[in-house]
Amino acid sequence: MKAKILNLLAENARMSLAEIAGRVGATPEEVKAAIHSLEEEGVIRGYKVILNESDLGVSKVRALIEVKVTPRRDGGFDQVAERIARYPEVTDLYLISGGFDLLLMVEGDSLQDVASFVSAKLSTIDGVISTSTGFMLKKYKESGRIMQNDEEYERLKVCP
Amino acid sequence: MMKNMNDSKCAHREFVAEHVKQLPKSGIRRFFDLVNTMDDVISLGVGEPDFVTPWTIRETGIFSLEKGHTSYTSNLGTPALRREVCRYVEKNYHVSYNPDNECIITIGVSEALDIAMRALLNPGDEVLYTEPCFVSYPAEVRMAHGVPVPVETRFEDEFALDPEMLRAKITPKTRVLLLNFPCNPTGAVMPVDKLRKVAEIAIEHDLVVITDEIYSELLYEGEHVSIASLPGMRERTLFLHGFSKAFAMTGWRIGYACGPREIIDAMMKVHQYAIMCASTMAQEAALEALRNGEKEMARMRDSYCERRNLIVDGLNRIGLECLLPKGAFYAFPSIRSTGLDSTEFAEQLLKAERVAVVPGVAFGACGEGFVRCCYATAASEIMEALDRMGRFMESLKQQ
Repeated sequence: MKAKILNLLAENARMSLAEIAGRVGATPEEVKAAIHSLEEEGVIRGYKVILNESDLGVSKVRALIEVKVTPRRDGGFDQVAERIARYPEVTDLYLISGGFDLLLMVEGDSLQDVASFVSAKLSTIDGVISTSTGFMLKKYKESGRIMQNDEEYERLKVCP
Repeated sequence: MMKNMNDSKCAHREFVAEHVKQLPKSGIRRFFDLVNTMDDVISLGVGEPDFVTPWTIRETGIFSLEKGHTSYTSNLGTPALRREVCRYVEKNYHVSYNPDNECIITIGVSEALDIAMRALLNPGDEVLYTEPCFVSYPAEVRMAHGVPVPVETRFEDEFALDPEMLRAKITPKTRVLLLNFPCNPTGAVMPVDKLRKVAEIAIEHDLVVITDEIYSELLYEGEHVSIASLPGMRERTLFLHGFSKAFAMTGWRIGYACGPREIIDAMMKVHQYAIMCASTMAQEAALEALRNGEKEMARMRDSYCERRNLIVDGLNRIGLECLLPKGAFYAFPSIRSTGLDSTEFAEQLLKAERVAVVPGVAFGACGEGFVRCCYATAASEIMEALDRMGRFMESLKQQ
């Protein structure tokens, strides 16, 4: 049941308990308890809204930064990664296979903000060899949601 | 002076053929017109998936156009699609067909059914079919100058076909038995023991069985058994299937028929003169559906299953007795407790609470006392519809 609940929450974290209950075949109370325990266990870390900021008129600056790191003998990439993860500017951070090691998504109010984070903070961390910053120009899709609004298409209301 | 052709004195013979004039307009059509005059309607009245065709299939259709594949295909359909269809049918239904001459690609099951009737029936031949049923069946038979003979299916049999009721309707003129399980509108499936008995009756009376298995992937309990796979049935069964429901491709109009060469050959003649071939783009998209669409299909099926549980629980809770349908995406609750007939129920519900359901009588006389609620609708809409229907039921009690 927990797996089914997680699937539904991943699709819509604001789905009502009653709807989840109906769809997984449980009572709302059971669903509530299951979600609570998933939160307690740390499987669910939070709930987040997916925004299309371009409709909002707020212009945050986002950048994807590829970072090369010298792994430590004791602990590999984890220590550097955990250090980088603590910066609030960093919204996402992954260890990646291929030509670089860490992939960061960084958010700031302006280009300047992000640039100074990279030069003053990120590059100076012990173990960071090089960084390559790409500023995000347009968002097409996030967390499975496409940003472009399709033309409305109405299916027949009654058909055989 | 020009003669006024609209002059009533200018008598002419009947333009419309008698057997077409006699065809009733689909009961759904009238209801559709009524729904369309209203806003804010939650519709449980559709007969199609609420998913858009999976992207990989759509993209293949687009690519087909980009490549310039815009000419006719072979009458039977592209060899690649026929091969893939036969592979799919063998794997999932355990009947093997030769793609060269035992399979034809059609414009949905609707066309397959039409050309099958035209290929199989002599005027006056009787076709048995189960009711309640898809609205086209009796009309398809009449258009081919056959005589449609309904066999009732009942709530107490979970709307499965009772072999003895079938037997009672057989006459020397009976030629064809038309089956549709899982069933639109009841969601019923055929238990294997009953299916075996039906097969025995078909053999005993030398009937051709046409089996429309368009909903067979959308099965939520048990395993689907095609009558074509039962002993002695392959040679007298025409297996109809398509992509509309399982792959959410209703608007593409693409389906197929598999059967004995003699029947496919005959259907092919009608098809080549009437249709030529199914659209090339849709055939290429359908091929992609069979090659890479099964995962998406399973995802959609699981989603229907969740919503089935939601709606059936809800209907029973508000006092509309409803079986748990094992397949398709329709719930078929009884509305007899309200004292209304199904048309009154549907119209009053629509006017009072703006929920559209389809009167059971649209699917045949024995559908009276029931309504069809399609649950291929967003779960949140189903819940809202159930709230509104609950309110409607309360208001009936107070009258």
